[in-house]
Amino acid sequence: MARELETQGLREVYSDLLIEYGKQDPRICAVDADLMNASSVLRFQAVFPERAIDVGVAEANMIGVAAGLSAMGKIPFTHSFTPFATRRCCDQVTLSVAYAGLNVKMVGSDPGITAELNGGTHMSTEDIAIMRNIPGMVVYEPVDGTQLRAAFPQILAHNGPVYIRLLRKQAVHIFDEGTPFTLGKGNLLQAGSDVSIFASGIMVAEALDAAELLQAEGISAEIINIHTIKPLDEELVLASTARTGCAVTAENASILNGLGGAVAECLVEHAPCPMERVGFRDRFGEVGKMEYLRESIGLTAQDIAAAARRAVARKP
Amino acid sequence: MDMQTSRMLREKAQLIRKMTIREIGELSAGHIGGSVDLCELLAVLYFHAMRIRPQEPDWNERDRFVLSKGHGGPAVYATLALRGYLPEEALATLNRPGTQLPSHCDMQRTRGIDMTTGSLGQGFSCAVGMAIAAKMDALPSFIYACIGDGESQEGQVWEAAMLAGSRHLGNLIAFTDYNKMQIDGCIEQVNGLEPLDDKWRAFNWHVQTVDGHNVDAIAHAIDTAQKIQSRPSMIILDTIKGKGCDFAKNRLGSHNMKGLTTEMWQNAIRKLEQQEVQ
Repeated sequence: MARELETQGLREVYSDLLIEYGKQDPRICAVDADLMNASSVLRFQAVFPERAIDVGVAEANMIGVAAGLSAMGKIPFTHSFTPFATRRCCDQVTLSVAYAGLNVKMVGSDPGITAELNGGTHMSTEDIAIMRNIPGMVVYEPVDGTQLRAAFPQILAHNGPVYIRLLRKQAVHIFDEGTPFTLGKGNLLQAGSDVSIFASGIMVAEALDAAELLQAEGISAEIINIHTIKPLDEELVLASTARTGCAVTAENASILNGLGGAVAECLVEHAPCPMERVGFRDRFGEVGKMEYLRESIGLTAQDIAAAARRAVARKP
Repeated sequence: MDMQTSRMLREKAQLIRKMTIREIGELSAGHIGGSVDLCELLAVLYFHAMRIRPQEPDWNERDRFVLSKGHGGPAVYATLALRGYLPEEALATLNRPGTQLPSHCDMQRTRGIDMTTGSLGQGFSCAVGMAIAAKMDALPSFIYACIGDGESQEGQVWEAAMLAGSRHLGNLIAFTDYNKMQIDGCIEQVNGLEPLDDKWRAFNWHVQTVDGHNVDAIAHAIDTAQKIQSRPSMIILDTIKGKGCDFAKNRLGSHNMKGLTTEMWQNAIRKLEQQEVQ
């Protein structure tokens, strides 16, 4: 089930978008903490040297500086790797940005296992949970370049803080050009009748593969991409599980308070049904290449299929 | 500065002090020590140095003030009331349910507050961001920021200081309220800052140290700082915690006092007024 990779890495898509929209909107600026090369924001800096601020290795200050820029009417986009973009500056994001009602877009790159050889120290599993708990924060994880391009103007138009969980490398091509996207609304990728699989980020491709495995066993899986983990598209979650009767979540992050947590909260409050979660199970990451990490953490199509079988078996 | 202005600023400082003592006194609790020691600075900023329009608080070309030691909010509120941003009656709502005047400065709630602060060290970073933005837009604005001496133990202060020095933010003028006290004791006993002026110089700041309760000295230092284009300025204010409030003055416990009685705050104001007569 080899899937095609996009030609451009998501970081290049992102920096192209910054430049494209930066040309139209002089409020857009970039603030980075010594990872402008890693995020490709150097390309934005080449076009707008005055609007790209590298604060050096100082993530807390990066967020404070961005909050100050926002207070002066700018729309700053900050960036660091996911752990340093969230847990390292959690108080600054919470108070200087969200509590202060400021409009800062925060990019965390290399989510979960995509940190690969940087290993456990750089492998954030709790970044979604941290950001999701901050009042008013939008949490968005693009699946591919097509989606990011469609979502970007909506992120820009949203007057409030947004966390963008950005894969740096090339994403698996999932969505066709022209697919409609709405921030805060999930996307149905494949209809099914036996189990609803809600997936985010790199796990969408795995979920589609899992659906093929399940199909061979006569289980019809509905595949839904939840790209906006907060606010969660509760309507879609509930409509889908009302049809299928059980749910599986698949995310490249901790099952605690991430996508799995969000869907579980929604189901328990409104329409409880059997549910299984795929993701980091209360454990740290480790060093390794993608294929090894997928296996060791349990993020493969087989893991999703197994979770789906369990969920289906638990249906009354 | 002429003598008339100097006298006016001293009077404003005393008024701010009395209003602050009353605000906190009527509530019987609050951050009195680190509020009343700011009165001379606030008088000079809001009645002399800052280009502001109280009737147009969002005026884009205005100067900004960030009280990074956000717990001094009550003194800023008194100043804003005196300057016409807020009705004076609003001061009686400090920390009451639904108030627009919370303990720590909140730009979303309070007219005239330029930045939300309260978690120490953060406002200072924001001020640096504001100074960068002002330069980006070639605004004539100065960004003023005040940090506490205890606050200067936060690593974020020095992250921000390094960036401001490195980027030559001449439009950033900061103050350290150096009252030598923090919650757990004297600064030098808890985690000393000295040599404080050398630290700021080493971070490529222009540094002055002045009597933080002398309006002429503060105004002169700001005037000097405004002329330094190549570097941000730090004005270290030699202050007395609880200055001018007899139940709080120079007392370690004055950071956040509780159990204040009507007699206590009224006496404190009466003593201030007696000094004025003398």
